[in-house]
Amino acid sequence: MANTSNAVVMRDVKKSFDGGKDFVLKGVNLEIPKGSLTAIIGFSGTGKSVVLKHLLGLYKPTSGTVEVLGTDLATLDDNQLTEFRRKFGVLFQSAALFDDMTVLENVCFPLFEHRRDLKEAQVLRIAEEKLKEVGLDPKHNNKLPSQISGGMQKRTGLARALALDPEILIYDEPTTGLDPILTEMVDNLILSTHKSRPGTTSIMVSHDLSAAFRIADHIAMLDSGRVLLFGTPEDFFNTDIELVKKFVNKGMRHQ
Amino acid sequence: MAVVDKAAGAVSWVGDFFIGKTRRFVEETGKVMIFFSESARLIFSKPSRFPEVIKHMEFIGNESIAIISLTGAFTGLALSLQIYLGFKMFNAVNMVGPVVALGITRELGPVLTGLIVAARAGGAMAARLGTMRVNEQIDALDVMGVNTKQYLISPRMLAALICMPLLTAVFDFVAMLGSWFLCVKMVQLDEAIFWQKIRDLIEVKHINEGLFKSAVFGLFFALICTYRGFNTTGGAKGVGDATNQGVVQSMVAIIILDYFLTNLIRLYYNIAGIS
Repeated sequence: MANTSNAVVMRDVKKSFDGGKDFVLKGVNLEIPKGSLTAIIGFSGTGKSVVLKHLLGLYKPTSGTVEVLGTDLATLDDNQLTEFRRKFGVLFQSAALFDDMTVLENVCFPLFEHRRDLKEAQVLRIAEEKLKEVGLDPKHNNKLPSQISGGMQKRTGLARALALDPEILIYDEPTTGLDPILTEMVDNLILSTHKSRPGTTSIMVSHDLSAAFRIADHIAMLDSGRVLLFGTPEDFFNTDIELVKKFVNKGMRHQ
Repeated sequence: MAVVDKAAGAVSWVGDFFIGKTRRFVEETGKVMIFFSESARLIFSKPSRFPEVIKHMEFIGNESIAIISLTGAFTGLALSLQIYLGFKMFNAVNMVGPVVALGITRELGPVLTGLIVAARAGGAMAARLGTMRVNEQIDALDVMGVNTKQYLISPRMLAALICMPLLTAVFDFVAMLGSWFLCVKMVQLDEAIFWQKIRDLIEVKHINEGLFKSAVFGLFFALICTYRGFNTTGGAKGVGDATNQGVVQSMVAIIILDYFLTNLIRLYYNIAGIS
């Protein structure tokens, strides 16, 4: 990796939802290099999704700072934050497609919202290209999300996330609840999308350890609201930290 | 001493209970007011959500016309029959028309329209937004850089505000047709007297009073139902709870508001010197 700057910097981020009695994040320090594919892993309830929501500015830290692409999110007001979020593309665990819109309309939506300079025909062409890029057969373009399979919904969700050519792509538990074949398909899709977009930073929150080791170039492991280890997959295999070794061994055994 | 301690404990429990309830009520009211002011401020902001407003007007207004007409017709029939039976005892059947018209335009029209539309469209609003929340669709809009209140809430509030007076006008009109049918066609009252008495006693201000009330009811049920739906937590059960709370609270609010609005309008008439 030849990154000289970071896409995301979290400094001593603490988060409490009950006025400081109990902290979900207890001082997270994390630097995610620009252009990397970073996986955030950890046991359930360790704060992975809370970290993700801080990156997106959906949560404000109780203390500490979150910088994304050099901007401290705390300095942005609501309107600026809304505008800033255009730099993100997010693939949600459930794909979160709008169920009253067709596949094509779902992908067109962010373009109609933010690229008002484009004509309708141009928007449709871009949306069709994005759907082709994620490997969705055009015959499904006019179907509703409820009429396509889970894998196709993920592809549509990814095409929608890519519509505005974001600088940071976020995958929130992208393979949870999918069968092994579909899981591999989604993992390969994430990897190929990352490789085809040099300079784009990809962040994947997952508990799927084998996928993290296979496709990520950096991994952050969270435990009890802190980053236990951040490094390359090799760093995880060579670590002396007992909990990481246990997590890696268990995770790899289950694959 | 034990009895005194128990009594003190009971008093303390009752105090804590009511203070807790009051605090929660005040907190919740504050949150709803902030939600309202944010959404109202965004109604005319860019980008324009005019197509969304039209879409919601179609759902709240156009799709409610059939049920409003049906209930309006039978309300007019039932109310006219009751008043006819009562007035017959005092030989005052010629006053059935204006009394029904007054009751419909000032009270029953706006209140019944409000209750029916709150149950139909308000419930659907809470359920739709609640489902979008638990399926992460609202989060998806957020991270796409879309102002969710401007896109989801403001158009619904504006559509309800516009549609409710129109639906109330439909209710009033159909209810009066129902009254005419009962009085003229069923109990054979004189048609000319029926209409003349209504013209003599009903003024435009009586109709406007009901339309004004209905606009306020529309704003309130849209506010309550969208607030409940938008803040849904807890999956399918949460959606059910949000829908239930939205509809019940809207209905109670309409009944309570009706009393206060009636007094407010009286006060306005007094100040403005309108008899």
